[in-house]
Amino acid sequence: MKNENTIFNRWSRRDILKSLAGIPVLGTVWFAGAKLTGSAKQEKEFLLETLNIRAAAPPASGPMSGSPIRLGVIGFGIRGEQLCRALGFATKEWLASMKESSEKNPNDTRLKEFLEQENLNLKITAVCDVFDVNAERVINSFSTPENKVTRFATHRQLLASGQVDAVIIAAPDHWHAPMAIDAITAGVHVYVEKPMTHSISETYALRDAVRSNDKIVFQVGHQHRQTQSFLTAMDIINKKTLGHISLITTNTNRNDDNGAWQYDIHEKASPQTIDWEMFLGNAPKVPFNKEHFFRWRKWWAYGSGLSGDLLTHDYDRINCLLKMGIPTSVMASGGIYTHRDGRNVPDVLQVNMEYPDFSTGGSQAAGKEKGMTFIYSATLGNQFDRGTYLMGHDATMELGNMITIHADARSTRFADMIKEKRIDPNVPVYQYNPMANATDAVTSATAKYFANKGLLWTYRDGKRVDSTFLHMREWLSCIRNGGTPSCSITEGFQEAISAHMAGLSYKLGRRIEWDAAAEKIISKPGEDLDAILINNEVVV
Amino acid sequence: MKSNEFSTGQNGTLILLRILIGWHFLYEGVLKLYNPAWTSKGYLLSASFFKPFFVWISGDSMIGVVDTLNIVGLIAVGVGLLIGFKIRWACVGGILLLAMYYLAHPPFPGLEQGPAEGSYWIVNKNLIELAALLVLYQFPVYTSFGIERLFNRKKVEPANG
Repeated sequence: MKNENTIFNRWSRRDILKSLAGIPVLGTVWFAGAKLTGSAKQEKEFLLETLNIRAAAPPASGPMSGSPIRLGVIGFGIRGEQLCRALGFATKEWLASMKESSEKNPNDTRLKEFLEQENLNLKITAVCDVFDVNAERVINSFSTPENKVTRFATHRQLLASGQVDAVIIAAPDHWHAPMAIDAITAGVHVYVEKPMTHSISETYALRDAVRSNDKIVFQVGHQHRQTQSFLTAMDIINKKTLGHISLITTNTNRNDDNGAWQYDIHEKASPQTIDWEMFLGNAPKVPFNKEHFFRWRKWWAYGSGLSGDLLTHDYDRINCLLKMGIPTSVMASGGIYTHRDGRNVPDVLQVNMEYPDFSTGGSQAAGKEKGMTFIYSATLGNQFDRGTYLMGHDATMELGNMITIHADARSTRFADMIKEKRIDPNVPVYQYNPMANATDAVTSATAKYFANKGLLWTYRDGKRVDSTFLHMREWLSCIRNGGTPSCSITEGFQEAISAHMAGLSYKLGRRIEWDAAAEKIISKPGEDLDAILINNEVVV
Repeated sequence: MKSNEFSTGQNGTLILLRILIGWHFLYEGVLKLYNPAWTSKGYLLSASFFKPFFVWISGDSMIGVVDTLNIVGLIAVGVGLLIGFKIRWACVGGILLLAMYYLAHPPFPGLEQGPAEGSYWIVNKNLIELAALLVLYQFPVYTSFGIERLFNRKKVEPANG
């Protein structure tokens, strides 16, 4: 071994170099990783700072202290039972089935969540349901030794009994307004399911009733208003992140019997167990019909199909954000294409609502941008999830439980940042998950995949909360502590009129216009719009 | 150490494989180290196999430790393989990590597949990398990129030394 090639007589220089060759590679890889992460983080912070969106949850409603509120249940069908459960009252049958289900499947936390729900300090004192089985279920499950639930044959008797401070109305659509008006007149607080009314004239009558009884707390059952992403979405719109919104697309996609209102017919249903005359109310007199009773949503006489049952949810979600109100005009079309089972409400419906003077503010020259179309597109024959999109000149917001924003490739506001490649129109510039106190800018495809599945973050306070519970809690809080609920008569009026315009357009096959100054739907001479809207003759 | 029985080409190939895998591990570890928002929670919660185990380790009390262990593991394995120090230990560590990644989302027929840049059936790149580490475990060549040989000269002295 030659001396000049060895160090300390032990290792040759070649040995040393070969042994240590990994160190520069190590340094290079480390440096590259650190630098890339650092600059990605900086870009993300820059973007969040530029957008300046404040993620927030809706404020909590007030305390539930004081003496218990005495509640009457009017209508204890599918929705009535859900509402009671949201209030903390589950039937014995439901509790037993959930117990069995959670024993079989430990991941089924429905019972646990129900039991952990806050006590709203109320008691159910009265029930009115024209079907004996439903009324008896309420009495059997919700009566206690101190508080026996009383059944009343009619809602008027219930309201006159002096046993209730407030009622929840979950009867068929054609009963919503008559019952709500009677309750308000009797001085009883009202939570009524959507659509607020079944006809145009009722909408005005109910508004008059609420306006002339200002001590009554009135709430329409659009629980989506409690969705935690909404304040964040409002902030996004107020900061003009999306630019001028010209188009909003919402939809319903369902493909099962239950979703098409083909509900079960109870084995005990008969003229002896159902007060048929009471059910019919103001609807055309027809002989006893079990299908009409249990599947009333399929006929205009009692329900209002897609426009009343489901369009109203999507309309109110957007109205809550934009406060765009009643459209200037509405055009609708559709048909019965999947469920030709004797129903007369459409199962495919497309509604275009025009707002030619509405603007969310834009980034282009003043006066260039104005006007918006709201589209509701529904089918009960396919359940592909299409998502809700608010499409602006500068960006598109996908609105669901999560919020995702993509900058538009031709945006004015983001033009420079897109040119500098600081924004990629194919990657979200902002993402918000209401289930966590976290916001995120540029995310990878993988992160988006996990986030979309709602898996990436923990729930707020580790608990999943039912939005119906929050919506009813808000109503109860206003009864106890004052204030106006988020979906009261102004919002309810706009919802009902817009839905009725859609129903009319479908039935008449023409554009229906709104006279904003006179607050009237424009009709042709001699035309009775209400008669057309609730006409139960088959139209396809 | 029998590295001297290999041809130069065989030695070089094994070392190249070791550097590439070390590079990959180190880079993944460093990215996660410098990104405080990173967590394995989503990956674990969406596990399609051995779900109870992965959900358990993604719980609030565990996830911090799991994330730290993962970053430390990735970097340690990467450094070990790149500079040639405790290669066999690094191989075992890497195999354990890859086995966990593989088992959380194995490309088995009938299981939901997450986002992937290719098409896989039973065998995916995690499994192949794992097998490559088994090779390196069997043939831990130190002749180049092998800092350990400085500490243990006699064992690794080349034949022509």
